[in-house]
Order: sequence, then structure tokens, then C-alpha cells
Amino acid sequence: MKMSDKVPVRLTVNGTSREGRCEPRKLLVDFLREDLGLTGTHVGCEHGICGACTIMLNGEAARSCIMLAVQADGAEIVTIEGLAQAGQLHPLQEAFREHHGLQCGFCTPGMLMTALDFLHVHPDPTEAEIREGISAVLCRCTGYQGIVNAVKAAAPALNRSR
Amino acid sequence: MKPPPFEYFTPASVEDALALLGEHREQAKVLAGGQSLVPLLNFRLARPRYLVDLNGIPHLDYIREEDGWLAIGAMTRQRAVERSALVRDRCPLLAEAMPQIGHVQIRNRGTIGGSLAHADPAAELPAIVAALGGRLVVRGPDGERVMAPERFFVGYLTTALEPFELLVGVRLPVRRSRTGHAFVEVSRRHGDFALVGVAAALTLDAAGACADAALALTGVGPTPVVAAAATRVLVGQRPSAEAFQEVGRRVSETLEPDSDLHASSEYRKHLAGVLTRRALTRAAERARGGEG
Repeated sequence: MKMSDKVPVRLTVNGTSREGRCEPRKLLVDFLREDLGLTGTHVGCEHGICGACTIMLNGEAARSCIMLAVQADGAEIVTIEGLAQAGQLHPLQEAFREHHGLQCGFCTPGMLMTALDFLHVHPDPTEAEIREGISAVLCRCTGYQGIVNAVKAAAPALNRSR
Repeated sequence: MKPPPFEYFTPASVEDALALLGEHREQAKVLAGGQSLVPLLNFRLARPRYLVDLNGIPHLDYIREEDGWLAIGAMTRQRAVERSALVRDRCPLLAEAMPQIGHVQIRNRGTIGGSLAHADPAAELPAIVAALGGRLVVRGPDGERVMAPERFFVGYLTTALEPFELLVGVRLPVRRSRTGHAFVEVSRRHGDFALVGVAAALTLDAAGACADAALALTGVGPTPVVAAAATRVLVGQRPSAEAFQEVGRRVSETLEPDSDLHASSEYRKHLAGVLTRRALTRAAERARGGEG
């Protein structure tokens, strides 16, 4: 097999079976954006620091810029596009809007997927836990206060919807 | 940036992986959790011609007790170790260090073996293995060799692994009675690599004096630093603030850490002394309280 040969990648994204072909060196985030057209997941630092590319991989938050697309073959992925259902914002998205949890919006997809994973593990978090929980995503606009407020506010709504 | 081109293999067994590594030697790189290697590929600091992905190999993902050792498979995710009740009970030092490794997103993918084989000089896991006198289980074409940490960790990002060998697991001695542990570190932000980290284990005798003490530090040299001479003075002494202060002073004195963007050599030396005292104090409290 030559290096530039494309290999098939089959995976489930937001509940739908998807497939594509790509070079083994293609990053998962680029596969999602370029091959599947899901541009909601953002590419920030490309080395696993900023957290903008965070997705859910088999039920756990992971960074899609430091994972190869071929490694996600057979995986179940949820991206930011999978949060809103039938035109209704997800409670977490609603809370971010309500509490000014974003300004430019670049980190927001990663922040939301991180907060989603965090609230699964911490259904009733303290502010300190939230700050630690979101520390893997960098936001340059908000100073984080609005994000912390939004995550705190979303916790009861998420518990109800469980 | 994006990774340079490579040929990608997903061997289904350790034997298949070893055959690939034997064939391609220095041109091949092993992919475990990818949390350090993929950034290096993205930066093109690593340009392997062949990438051997271990994620398809079964039976390298386990946590179990074997003859007085806690045995962990190389491909066990860090998050699984963090959540393991067996790890909390048998190896509380490892349990305490786990949440301090990167972030949840990193630990969901990152593996125990990957971190040890990467051998970052500021990583937590090498210091844990060094402090506890663990063993690294290495497989090669001629079978298995079991290595002590002082032989395995050779230098900055360098281990004694040959290009045709694989780290397949790590063994840590299970907690002894009347022993307390602590792992403390200081980093600029939560989840960053430690500026300095200290792993401590302290065993008391029936009368409450120190029977044994072990310390290993991360972030202060190219490999984990085991402070054996400094801890030896504790043996036979009752734990006290003065005794721990003295060990901290000795540890700090012997170190010659590099200065970098994140901290000066002097600051790291100072931190090493303070964190040593804190780690020993906490370990002694836990040894007395029986909580490990």
C-alpha cells in the first residue's frame, strides 16, 4: 500500500452511519469537516492544547485534532451538530445563550462538548469543579465567568432530561 | 499543521507488531493513545515512514493483581486507571496522580504504556514507577525482559527500548501495611505538565517510626530523580515537621534542574524542597490513618 492510498473509514456520527475514504494521515477533525461536511467542530491549535476540536468519542470527550480519522473507524461520535434536536437547542446550548457563555464562538463547540461530558460525570458540580472541568478548553473572549454560570445553570436541566 | 505521510499498520497481535518493528526498525513509530505522538506528527517533529497502531491488539488493556503486584497493560487508558477501585485500593499513589495527568479529554485516549515509553521529563507516571520501584515489561523478538525504572528511563524522551521492542505492561508493588503515599505537583495551570512533582511513599513501624521512605521527583532532570540518600536519614526517626524539612533541604540541594520558559532552575530547586516536605507530611498522615 502506498502512503497516499486512501483507506475507508466507517463510523456513526450523531446517530447516522457515515463513511468516507482518506489518507491514513488525515486527522479526525479534518475528516469530519472536509469529508463529512460537519464544520461545526473547530480546528484551533492542532496540537491538543486549545480544546476547540473536542468531540464525544464512544461516549467520552476526546480531541479530534490529535487522533487519526482511521482510528475512529467503527466508532460512535457526537459532534456539536448532534446537540440540538428537531430545531430545539440542547439545554446546555440554551444555558450558554442565556448566560453569555460565548462571544466570538470559536471555542464554543469544544466548550459545549467538554461541558456535556463533564456534566455526565458531575451532575451537581461546584464552581471550582466546573472551572477545573472546562480548563481543557481555552476561551479568549469571555473570561470564563459566563461559561461557568452557563454550565452551572444547565446542570439541573440536564438532570431532568436524563 | 498536518501529519506528514506515512504507511499505517494495525497489527492484530503483539507478535505481528514486533514483526513490523523488526522489519522497519528506526523508520517505524508506535502509536498508542496518540496524545503526545500525534501533536509531534502535526508539528512534523516526528516523521516516521511507518506507523504501527497498537489500538487493534487485544489483551493489552487490563488492570489486575498478580503475586503482590498491580499489573497494568500498556494499552490501558489513563481514564480507566483513574476510575479503577483496584488501583485506589492497591496503589493509592497512582490513584492520586492520575487526575493530575493532562485533562479528562487526554486521559480518555492516553495510555499508561504510551506515557511511560514517551518518557517526558515532566510526566507523572515515570516518577510513580520510580518511587515505588515498579517494573516495566518489555517484549522483543526473543521474548520478554522485565526492567527496573532506573534502567528503563535513559534520558530526555529516551528509554532503553530498542526500536524492535514494545513496552507491553507495567507492574507496581501493592501497598504495604502502615504505608502512606502522596503525589503533589505544581503546574502553571491545571492540566499542564508539572514544573515539579513529587511522589512519596512512607512506611511506619509498629512504634510509629519511619521504617522505609521513598521519593521520586519529576520535572527536575531528564529522567525521574529518585532521592534515595535524602530519604535514608528518615529511617528510624519519628515523622516530624523538622525531619521532613531537612529531607526537603537535602533533596533541593542535590538537584540541578534546567531553566526553561516555564521556570528557572532556582525556582524548581525551591519548589522541589517545598513539595518534598508537603508530600512526606501527607504520606505520614496517611500512614498513621491507615488510608494509604
